[in-house]
Amino acid sequence: MSPSPLQRGWKHRETVLLKSTRDGAGFGLLEAGKRHQNLYVLCADVTESVRATDFAKAYPDRFLQFGVSEQAMVGIGAGLALAGAIPVVETFAAFSPARNWEQIRTTIALQNLDAKIFSSHAGLSAGGDGATHEMTEDLALMRVLPNMVVLVPGDAIETEKAVKAAIDYEGPVYLRFERNETPLFTLPATPFEIGKASILLEGNDVALIGAGPIVYECLQAALLLEKDGIRAMVVNSPSVKPLDEKTIIAAAKKCGAIVTAESHQIAGGLGGAIAELLSQNDPVPIERIGLCDVFGQSGTPEELAVHYHMSAEDIYRSALRALKKKFRT
Amino acid sequence: MEKPSALRVLTDSDFLRLEKIAREIRVDIVEMLATSQSGHAAGSLGIADLMTALYFHVLVHDPKKPRWKDRDRFILSNGHVCPSRYAAMARAGYFPREELKTLRKFGSALQGHPEIASLAGVETTSGPLGDGAAQSAGLAYFAKQHGLPWHTYCLLSDGELQTGIVWETALFISKHHLDTLTWIVDRNGIQIDGKTEDIMPLEPLREKFEAFGFQVLEVDGHNIREMIDTLGLARSTSQIPTVLLLHTIPGKGVHYMEHNYRWHGAVPGTGPEDKVPRSRQKQQALSDLKHL
Repeated sequence: MSPSPLQRGWKHRETVLLKSTRDGAGFGLLEAGKRHQNLYVLCADVTESVRATDFAKAYPDRFLQFGVSEQAMVGIGAGLALAGAIPVVETFAAFSPARNWEQIRTTIALQNLDAKIFSSHAGLSAGGDGATHEMTEDLALMRVLPNMVVLVPGDAIETEKAVKAAIDYEGPVYLRFERNETPLFTLPATPFEIGKASILLEGNDVALIGAGPIVYECLQAALLLEKDGIRAMVVNSPSVKPLDEKTIIAAAKKCGAIVTAESHQIAGGLGGAIAELLSQNDPVPIERIGLCDVFGQSGTPEELAVHYHMSAEDIYRSALRALKKKFRT
Repeated sequence: MEKPSALRVLTDSDFLRLEKIAREIRVDIVEMLATSQSGHAAGSLGIADLMTALYFHVLVHDPKKPRWKDRDRFILSNGHVCPSRYAAMARAGYFPREELKTLRKFGSALQGHPEIASLAGVETTSGPLGDGAAQSAGLAYFAKQHGLPWHTYCLLSDGELQTGIVWETALFISKHHLDTLTWIVDRNGIQIDGKTEDIMPLEPLREKFEAFGFQVLEVDGHNIREMIDTLGLARSTSQIPTVLLLHTIPGKGVHYMEHNYRWHGAVPGTGPEDKVPRSRQKQQALSDLKHL
């Protein structure tokens, strides 16, 4: 049996170590700045919030402050890329890609430039800030863009690696991370590869496939299912585009029922991508966890997860529904 | 510190040569648009003199090496007037003039709005207004920071100044004193739906740019000699960004189009018939240009 890809003690929610994925992003960026002398960070008045402060201090000549100019920031970033720099455009997901999507489409995706869009406070993680700042449509916006890679790492450890992979990759990448402290469950030694998903727990009754910190809730749901004698496979799929089609199709074949989970609308994100994929290849019942065509509101992450049916218990119940459909067919 | 002007002195024979090229570019534009049956005639004809000045005197470039790293960057932010750029590029030797007739056709390098991947030398994909302006600032910032020899020129339309991104970018340009960049605004006074001052007034434009920290120069966009002098002044100015307000006549050279906003997005052969019937629009345009 291969060694577990999970942190020891992951099962115990009350003692698991917490760190925000934005912290992982900040550290990854600092490291990437050492290796890439042409890496620039562009920021729109939220430097500390996106954890770009360390980069700005270490490389002041390669840090550009834009104030609240998200559209110009992308266009000017594209200009830097045309001149030979690797620009990383950073602000909150609610403003980038929400406010500057056309600039991202035209100047970065269509021109296929080596430029990155990293966005924080994604999904419901902007909690107290309310619906305007809870960006739950970004994956849909970015996933439809030709040439664009879309990454949603699950914890701070994986985010650091994803940032480095995004910068090493030559081409447009959108990477989103979250505001809140969330469980560390992946291992530093696990390689991160664009286009790859990883199986965190083996099982053959139902597959729980997630992207982002909600993957930890999938793991917790697997423990609940285990009590019922149901063996759930848990798949971490941080590469929303390109999707690891091979792993996901294999999971569908093996388990025959799937639950997807993400802090995003159930349309257009990871769940949408998997539904599209499996409708063409071995269709199986799919339950999607996420916002169901509604906006968010102010609240703690826990309150919001319960209200919008995105908790481990909700994933557990969705798995039971998926299993019921599986046995009906 | 004064930067040296990179521009050669314009001799009388140079000047006559440029006037001739500008006329030929206008003829090419009419031929191209009459063949493509769609596109933007008024703006394309209006900036033919600027294109001539740029490609045949101002820009440091090599048509045989369109990716030469030290070339000047000319960003066409108002991509819809690309027929003018294409015609100038073909005459300068970037590609055979034969290809001009493929404008807007399937498989052509001459896309309806310029595509960076389709044609070497266009510098950016452009069309959505304001995006080129921002990219020009990114290029100019990099060149200034690294002391690179090239200059960035960016042509914007006046209607384009109604976008927010242009003014966001103007703040950035001013903050960083980008003297490696010259913005050129085609002040032809029209946009698709009408006159700019009726649609969404831009005046007082000089004062707006001055308030944003720009040196504002104004010049007749059909006086090639003055344009070249002014572009030289812009290039040699230090520590302050320059915008050149280029006063042009939309449709310049074709009488039935001049000053008429309805020719913004029209072409000879399918355009408004208030002065010349469609069947005679191309022929009349070419005849007008002979006497320009």
